[in-house]
Amino acid sequence: MRSKNRRLLLLILALTLFAGWIVLPGETLDVSGFKADHPVREGLDLQGGLQVTLEARPPGGGGVDGETLQGTRDTLERRVNGLGVTEPLIQTRGDNQIVVELPGIDDPEQAVDVLRETALLEIIFPNGANLPAGTIVQTSLGSGGDPMATPVATDPNAPVYDTIVSGSDLSDAYVARDPTTGQPLVAFELTSDAADTFYNFTLDHTGQSMSIVVDKQVISSPIIREPIAGQGSIDGMSAIEAQNLATQLKAGALGVPLEVVSSRTVGPSLGADSLDRSLVAGVVGLSVVALFMILYYRLPGLLSVVALLIYTAITFALFKLIPVTLTLPGIAGFILSIGMAVDANVLIFARMKEELRNGRPLSQAIDGGFDHAWPSIRDSNVSTMITCLILYWFGQFTGATIITGFALTLFVGVAVSLFSAITVTRTLLRALNEMGVIKSAWLLGLGSHDLERIADDRTGVA
Amino acid sequence: MQQLAGKRKLWFAISAGMLVPCILALIMWGLNFGIDFTGGSAWEVQYDRAVSTEDIASVLAENGRAEATVQQVGDADEHRYLIRLGELQEGSAEKDVLSEALGSLGTLDPAGEALETVGASVGNSIRDRSVLAVTAASVGILLFIAFAFRNTQNPLLYGVCAIVAMLHDAVFVLGVFAILGRFLEIEVDALFITALLTVIGFSVHDTIVVFDRIRENLKLNPDDSFEEIVNYSIGQTLVRSLNTSITVVITLLALLLFGGSTTREFILALLIGIVIGTWSSIFNAAQLLVAWDNGEVQGLWRRFTRTGRRSEHEPSATEA
Repeated sequence: MRSKNRRLLLLILALTLFAGWIVLPGETLDVSGFKADHPVREGLDLQGGLQVTLEARPPGGGGVDGETLQGTRDTLERRVNGLGVTEPLIQTRGDNQIVVELPGIDDPEQAVDVLRETALLEIIFPNGANLPAGTIVQTSLGSGGDPMATPVATDPNAPVYDTIVSGSDLSDAYVARDPTTGQPLVAFELTSDAADTFYNFTLDHTGQSMSIVVDKQVISSPIIREPIAGQGSIDGMSAIEAQNLATQLKAGALGVPLEVVSSRTVGPSLGADSLDRSLVAGVVGLSVVALFMILYYRLPGLLSVVALLIYTAITFALFKLIPVTLTLPGIAGFILSIGMAVDANVLIFARMKEELRNGRPLSQAIDGGFDHAWPSIRDSNVSTMITCLILYWFGQFTGATIITGFALTLFVGVAVSLFSAITVTRTLLRALNEMGVIKSAWLLGLGSHDLERIADDRTGVA
Repeated sequence: MQQLAGKRKLWFAISAGMLVPCILALIMWGLNFGIDFTGGSAWEVQYDRAVSTEDIASVLAENGRAEATVQQVGDADEHRYLIRLGELQEGSAEKDVLSEALGSLGTLDPAGEALETVGASVGNSIRDRSVLAVTAASVGILLFIAFAFRNTQNPLLYGVCAIVAMLHDAVFVLGVFAILGRFLEIEVDALFITALLTVIGFSVHDTIVVFDRIRENLKLNPDDSFEEIVNYSIGQTLVRSLNTSITVVITLLALLLFGGSTTREFILALLIGIVIGTWSSIFNAAQLLVAWDNGEVQGLWRRFTRTGRRSEHEPSATEA
């Protein structure tokens, strides 16, 4: 029993040290960039930023297929990467929506402008050069009075390439296989107007390369083998690359018009103010609860406060590791879970006192208190966890991280509190009992008549 | 303290007295739904000096936004104003026009600006999902309690009593917000639903602790009457219930007093719900078990059906 308790004590100590190390801010004692890779993720209500829900509205009405939506999402992601946001979140939701979250962005208006443009596909002539994929280019379409602004800033001295055809000239794009070699290729079809232009261009430049550009970024630069009329194909890539390119061409060509159905922007100073206030509230709340626990339950209360501090460290470390995006409701959920963590201890201590009053020796009373309190702690926390799961589902629907943050932090908090309130408090209490520190019944919040029993227990006379 | 269960008619009467105005408020005024449910925009702006809300509203009205309502938020020296209006998109030309017009009243700080816009279709589906979420939470908890109390005589009854106490809490919180919405223009948003679901969870959490003690005492003292057992089970868990609520209320009060204004209504809903949840788990849920056990609920039902149809039917066709 003793050695088992000692092992538990060591485990708790190790966990606390590890959690404390994770929680310590910034580069303090960082090991090979591990902590730098796990920063606190702040939601946009804390650091400011933009969240938009875009809905695909196909021109003729009706729905969009999953492939088109995914392609549109990829296009949005490329654009967002051009904005230089550190932790963007772009995900599809339901059948026809895409949620974009850009925390910490300075100019939400510009960001919305960039997002709302439909994807722009161009096939350009790179003047005989072979442009590698990923190159940012300027084209005659972008600088030639096209209403769409070029999303990425470019060097004014960079060459401006001629746009041969653009997305609106493309009628279809799909993956096919070369009938002779079996290699995957992307087939595309042009509208009849564009077919003539393209035929003349490819006739003049057979043997040279052309570049396929989406949103001013080169996707691939195939060689023109022969003149292309209404239909052409691009080869020289893997099946997956072909699929991606077809999707991108289609999203660019058939790019679904997107409409902003809901948006949320928060100025950076507003977010910082909220964070400061929540931290103050957390510290005040924790201190008053600690004071209350110590005054009411004395020594066990003090131990539960120690357990609470360990709990805070572990929970916060988990937030960094999972990672959980911290939002204002999330912090509220965390602070609320402090109350619930204390509840488990309140239940246990009440039971322990009952056991002591019924004449049990201290060591038995500690175990009895924990054992008797367990069913109600278990059942009540499971019901809270059920609520968290439903909240999480609800939150996913209503909009990215605000409500899911609350559900997730409350869930993690409740789960960790089961460990801290039970294992940590019990281990500490046993250790103190074995060391013979608990000499007065007053420490346990009991009257003096219980004193002898406790003394008996320690000398083994029970 | 020993006669808690004996005075159950008084407790039920107090609960009814609290619920009636809430239900009336809900029927007469309903909830003051925010943009999460109705669609529209909430635009928060920050000036460098005090500006009158009337001036802001009239500037907006001059620019075609007569529907806008303006309210000062945060501390007075922060000069922050909340404008509620129909859908206004970030990045739209209209927003630039309105921003410029508002700039004529004082210098606007772009870092202190926030704009939230919800499309009407999104609002409708959030409303549907809210109802679904609350229903799913109720059913999930009912099933869980029936499972946790499967070894008692009537496991489903524990679940039903917990759900009745939970509905009591939910209706009370909803009613208080209907009243607040009417007189203080406090709106109900998606975060409010979050608070409501949390209150539901906490209410059941609290009820389960009392029920657990009843379950244990039933096993320990099989000879005592059910009413006696409920009585001392409540007594044994009373201090714990109060202490737990005190700690949660302390943390919530700290958030309410020191936290930012963004979550103030969310915290308020939680606070009201936690207090009423503690009341209902002590004074309603367990008492309802006794009332059922003594046949009082069934008696009421019988009287009701008898006066209604003048013939006696089998009464226990409800949840038992």
